[in-house]
Amino acid sequence: MSAVTDAARVEEAARKVVAEHDPRQVSTRELLGACFDAGLAWVHFPEGLGGLGVSRGLQTVADEIVRAAGGPSAFSRNPIGYGMAAPTIREHAQSTEQARAWLRPLAAAEEIWCQLFSEPGAGSDLAGLATSAVPDGAEWVVNGQKVWTSLAHHARWGLLLARTDPDQPKHKGLSYFVLDMGAPGVETRPLRQMTGQAEFNEVYLNDARVPDAHRLGAVGDGWRVALTTLMNERTAIGAGSSLRGSGTIADAVALWAARPDCHTPVLRDRLAALWTRAEAHRLTGERARRSATTGSPGPEGSISKLVSAELNQQIYEFCMDLLGLEGTLYGSYAISEDGRDADWRGPIQQRFLRSRANTIEGGTSEVLRNILGERVLGLPGEPRTDAGKPWKEIPRG
Amino acid sequence: MAETGDVFAFDAEQLELRRTVRRFCAEHSDEATVRRWMDSPAGYDPATWARLGGELGVLGLAAPDESGVVGGLVDQAVVAEELGAALLCGPVFGTIGLAIPALVMAGDGGLRDELLPPLVAGVRTAAFAVPERAGRFDPASITVGAVRAGGGWELTGWLAQVVDAAAADVLLVAASGPDGVALFAVEGTADGVDRELLSTMDLTRRQAAVRLSEAPARLLADPGDAERVIGYALDVGAVLLAAEQVGGAQRLLDLTVEYAKHRLQFGRPIGSFQAVKHRLADMLVAVEHARSTAYHAAWAIQGGTDDPWLATSIAQATCSQAYSRVAADTLQLHGGIGFTWEHQAHLYYKRAVTDAALLGSAEEHRNRIALAVLDRAVVPPSQVPPVAGVAEALRG
Repeated sequence: MSAVTDAARVEEAARKVVAEHDPRQVSTRELLGACFDAGLAWVHFPEGLGGLGVSRGLQTVADEIVRAAGGPSAFSRNPIGYGMAAPTIREHAQSTEQARAWLRPLAAAEEIWCQLFSEPGAGSDLAGLATSAVPDGAEWVVNGQKVWTSLAHHARWGLLLARTDPDQPKHKGLSYFVLDMGAPGVETRPLRQMTGQAEFNEVYLNDARVPDAHRLGAVGDGWRVALTTLMNERTAIGAGSSLRGSGTIADAVALWAARPDCHTPVLRDRLAALWTRAEAHRLTGERARRSATTGSPGPEGSISKLVSAELNQQIYEFCMDLLGLEGTLYGSYAISEDGRDADWRGPIQQRFLRSRANTIEGGTSEVLRNILGERVLGLPGEPRTDAGKPWKEIPRG
Repeated sequence: MAETGDVFAFDAEQLELRRTVRRFCAEHSDEATVRRWMDSPAGYDPATWARLGGELGVLGLAAPDESGVVGGLVDQAVVAEELGAALLCGPVFGTIGLAIPALVMAGDGGLRDELLPPLVAGVRTAAFAVPERAGRFDPASITVGAVRAGGGWELTGWLAQVVDAAAADVLLVAASGPDGVALFAVEGTADGVDRELLSTMDLTRRQAAVRLSEAPARLLADPGDAERVIGYALDVGAVLLAAEQVGGAQRLLDLTVEYAKHRLQFGRPIGSFQAVKHRLADMLVAVEHARSTAYHAAWAIQGGTDDPWLATSIAQATCSQAYSRVAADTLQLHGGIGFTWEHQAHLYYKRAVTDAALLGSAEEHRNRIALAVLDRAVVPPSQVPPVAGVAEALRG
């Protein structure tokens, strides 16, 4: 009953926004800002913070109306902002005013966000990270190195996880901050990857300062805050397309159709199997969306991320096998002007190389299978040698 | 194609239906009971079957009663899933999966109105003796002929393997007559009907060879209508089979997770080893994908929201593979005990093997999918992804 009313409310709000801010006439910034003001940025957020307090399943209602009117994908304009920063800010910001101050420009894609989690010495074992934050009056002084930071060179804000107490066991000594990427002591360098492009960065932090008001969650409670971000990351990465046959599988089908000379019965069955798996993955995403309520995404998001990563690789492996010797050619290893998603727009061979990272970024497939096993199926964890030990006594290397 | 808003949303009544059938199965189709009936001459308990039809009323949820259609295919799939989870012995495939849907689609008429109610009530059972290939009606493979005799018909021919036929009260048989292929009803005990129980790998799902020698038959769907009736029955059968596969696979996953939590080796639960844990995680993914495709197909056919050809093939290709894999992994993760007769793993494994072969294998369904989405794919050049070729390589 109320679900129907809520859907009507979302639809009405979205129609009003596109009527008053024609996506084909106004700037992206104006349109996305208007969406925020109308509660359509994240419909399940509270009113005033870019939401309407309705079921998150209704987000597609708003998105489809905006897209149909010619609007851009808000998510792709600020992916880490929309997918990860926003839910973390909403849950853990110290005040509603602070949350709103960050969320409005985030939603309008005026301020891009990045994520400062991984370090050279802390990948899958993220909670073992070494970047330190030391209190100094009403500020914290941050030192360390972060890596695999996409968008750092465009970002205004970074989600920073840092160690505030090395004497505590590793999960307990972390705190979570929002770092001004323009602050003194923050240095961003591009990180070149095997495709030739540099969509990620290394970020060096040398006595960078963060006001305590920009801390999310309590001191020492950073791990719990980070889990909010990570759960949303996996859901965002794994959330497949809602249209049958779209997404990565469309590349393989298009290539198949364009290259009849390369057809063999074995490749045909392989592609049919990939298409079927992509469809099962899509339908599972649909099913998850239908059952989603206003709650936060759970470990089930890991199913989606795990499958989409492995499927992507298998799809591009298929494309390469279809191309045969031609697949061994490469366009160019020169870094492009905007390397952010150049790989995914590049030739098949480049997408193939890029897909190797899919099972590493955003949680390796090994870690995701542990999460499915332990958090969804309730299986016992591995015996650990680091449990309960102060972080500084744990061997690193 | 637009999907209706309530796709994948089970309502309170469906959840209650699931609980009811699960409770019933826990009581009347526990492992000991399944083993007792699979060793019995009939292969199932007619009294239990009659309670499913009468007391619970869950055998013909997509069949019309006096007041119109009650429930729908999704409801029936929920029931099939639970019966599959319990490996309930009985003509689930022949009667619920195929014969009832065929009769529902056969249109109003004296014969349908005579045959359908006792099947729905669970007091009679039926089998579906129609040749199919890859889950599609295959008239070219018909081995039964029909001739007019007096006011009715007589059928003659031989069917090698018909599921649930040995104990069936009525057989629905596709036969070639003077005007083409039609669907007939033959009483199981009529003169000229010889049924020989076959020795099957899966003891919980019986098959029989059927020989018809001038067996008296009544016309259910004439040549103008038989294909539609049979096609619908096969689509519904594929959906319910997929739901059964989901039920079996989920039960095995639950069983194996419990085992992995409590079986100790090297001083710790085997489920704490990543080699075991990761295999279980993959089983979970397989079950979730299977569930999505099975219920998508159920909703698609119930609401006409998707192409039945594609929806059933996606479900069958996915669910056959998932159940087979989960059943094989269940054996592996149980180790030696999983290979014994006393453990229930083999009962499910054998059902998984049978289900994968019924109504088309995963490979045949992938072939159907390829026919629909690959062989006829036309992609505008603008949507073909770029390929780095010789020209680019020379440019460097």
